[in-house]
Amino acid sequence: MAGIVGYGAHLPRHRIKVEEIAKVWGADAPSYKKGLMLREKSVPPSDMDTITLSVEAAKNAFRRAGDIDRSQVGAIYIGSESHPYAVKPSGTTVGEAVGILNDCHCADFEFACKAGSEAMFVALSHVKAGEMKYALAIAADTSQGAPSDALEFSAAAGAGAFIMGNDNLIAECLYTHSWMQDMPDFWRREHEFYPQHGGRFTGEEAYFATTRGASNAILKKSGMKPSDFKYAVFHQPNGKFPQRIAFELGFTQEQIDPGWLAPRLGNTYSGASPIGLTGCLDVSEPGDLIFMCSYGSGSGSDAFIWKVTNRINEVRDKAVRTHKLLDENLIYIDYGTYAKYRHKILKNK
Amino acid sequence: MRDVCVVGVGMSQWGEVWRKSFRELFVDAARAAIDNAGVDHLDSLYVGCMSGGLFVGQEHIGALMADYLGMPGLPAAHVESACASGGVAFRQAFIEVGAGLSDIVMAAGVEKMTDCSGDEATAALAAAADQEYEVFHGATFPGLYAMMAHAHMHEYGTTREMLTAVSVKNHFNGSMNPNAQYPFKLKPETVERSVMVADPLRILDCSPITDGAAAVIVCSEEAAKKTGKPYIKVIGSAVATDYIALAQREDMITIKSATLASQKALQMAGKKLDDINFAEVHDCFTIAEIMVAESIGKYKPGQAGPAFLAGESALDGAFPINPSGGLKSKGHPVGATGIAQIVEIYKQLTGQAENGRQIQGGPKVGMAQNMGGTGASSVVHILEVA
Repeated sequence: MAGIVGYGAHLPRHRIKVEEIAKVWGADAPSYKKGLMLREKSVPPSDMDTITLSVEAAKNAFRRAGDIDRSQVGAIYIGSESHPYAVKPSGTTVGEAVGILNDCHCADFEFACKAGSEAMFVALSHVKAGEMKYALAIAADTSQGAPSDALEFSAAAGAGAFIMGNDNLIAECLYTHSWMQDMPDFWRREHEFYPQHGGRFTGEEAYFATTRGASNAILKKSGMKPSDFKYAVFHQPNGKFPQRIAFELGFTQEQIDPGWLAPRLGNTYSGASPIGLTGCLDVSEPGDLIFMCSYGSGSGSDAFIWKVTNRINEVRDKAVRTHKLLDENLIYIDYGTYAKYRHKILKNK
Repeated sequence: MRDVCVVGVGMSQWGEVWRKSFRELFVDAARAAIDNAGVDHLDSLYVGCMSGGLFVGQEHIGALMADYLGMPGLPAAHVESACASGGVAFRQAFIEVGAGLSDIVMAAGVEKMTDCSGDEATAALAAAADQEYEVFHGATFPGLYAMMAHAHMHEYGTTREMLTAVSVKNHFNGSMNPNAQYPFKLKPETVERSVMVADPLRILDCSPITDGAAAVIVCSEEAAKKTGKPYIKVIGSAVATDYIALAQREDMITIKSATLASQKALQMAGKKLDDINFAEVHDCFTIAEIMVAESIGKYKPGQAGPAFLAGESALDGAFPINPSGGLKSKGHPVGATGIAQIVEIYKQLTGQAENGRQIQGGPKVGMAQNMGGTGASSVVHILEVA
């Protein structure tokens, strides 16, 4: 049985509150807080990008995996929509930083916010097929949102990393199911700085139809029902969408709570549901079932059913817990600092 | 001029109809109206549409819709008078049948508004104002109606509660309309805490952006009788215009085009306002319903708001207004709105209004008032049971 042998997350310490962004643009903060269930979001400082976030998350995954032989890691995949280079991989840099050298398949993945779960899916498939002993999948983003756009209130940063293997599992993968349709809900074209989106169109026809499609299919395939699961995590472009689809499918607030990070973290794009999964694993017990469904605009969802093993009790605290990263040691910044960190201020060269 | 009747009505789904295109919305409504009337052919077609060009890049709408209705060869034309396009299309059908040129004419309206962004839709709608003297200077429709609301509040002491009463009443009525975009009831405090759009107008004072179409079959009485279906008579029809820019008008608190058109339509119908049992009016914003009720002469200036607060415009009030839910709850696909008003009057006068929103006591005469822009055009129709 293939599954997760190590997992870890990393989040920036910096946060900006919805009120601070709303103040600059004359927007109505209470309506964002209530309508989209967003309170604050993480902000990567100037020296943090998808590569550095990925390195930190991967280190935490290796801490939980134990002393595994880096040369046995046959693949490194990073899913992101904010790879620092348009041409030149993130994966090779991250690989060298965490000690994975040379004899390794490396690829950067892109599929809007589904790129991270895509990396997980492919890594898992390799170890399941017996092609390699371990495969590293990382979901990371320093998300872009245009100034004053609704996305600016949510676009955040963070990373989750997973080492897939067949032995010493923390969580077995019992089922996967992927679902896709052609959907122009959100995109960024070549040479554009910020993504564009179809406003309210991105809801029902895109996020909900796709997430619903994948979720219902994997429930049917597994013969399981929402009440069978201890936890559930969905892609979270804001606080409201994952809660709405969870309730529609029959999950409860208690089931989504540990992985429902968006109200305080924002939307970490490719990182969103994978980081949510790390939050669920942190508090899970042996035998717990965890439901996971990502979403990427364009659109597609990857759904997974994970079963936690006894090993969770040994490894849980070998690396920092995700909720500690979310809750502690935070630095709140103003819009000016945020604008500087996110390179929104034009300067002469 | 011979008698003109309405014998069948139809509507497409109204709302954010992502899976239907501009032409499909029209065909859905047109086929529903043809089926409802039981007619076997059309002699011509008028399609009201404010701006197919700006919303979806499509003009030549008369020919397109005849084609997709499966009737190439049919005489067809697109009629435009901003948000009054549907009402004016209906009037063209009325004139053609009344003049004896045709026996069975479809009057339809359609708008596909959600294929573009909210900002693009706002800009397209602003094309109904004066581009040179209003829009270039930053005015939008919520902004223009907000100024009208402030003027009305200043002059007559109209209050927030009166605006709220319009929205709450229309949503109550719309909650019973199976075609409504927002078929739910609202509490007054929900309206008053909703997001500010242009002071004093909040989001729940404003009609929404809507995809939708509506169609009615306008015909001679002889043709109506042949169908064996319930029909009503069109007894008054008038259009009037006003200065397009607010700044040119004597005041911002009456809608003169509504006054003129209603007077002419009543005169043609041989009716007095007291003979009218109910009305569908153009509540693009809550203040508009108050101003129109006064401008058509139903209430003295400043008296509509207090009367609405007292429940006079409710379904069981002395003079029900917008039993359909109005533009506020039913939705406002601009070119289709005027036709949808006729749909509601047909249903009310033939006792077919759904889900408990039928006005009790058997209403005999209804009025439809549909307007363009801030009232630069108004079209009024009076319809009576046959």
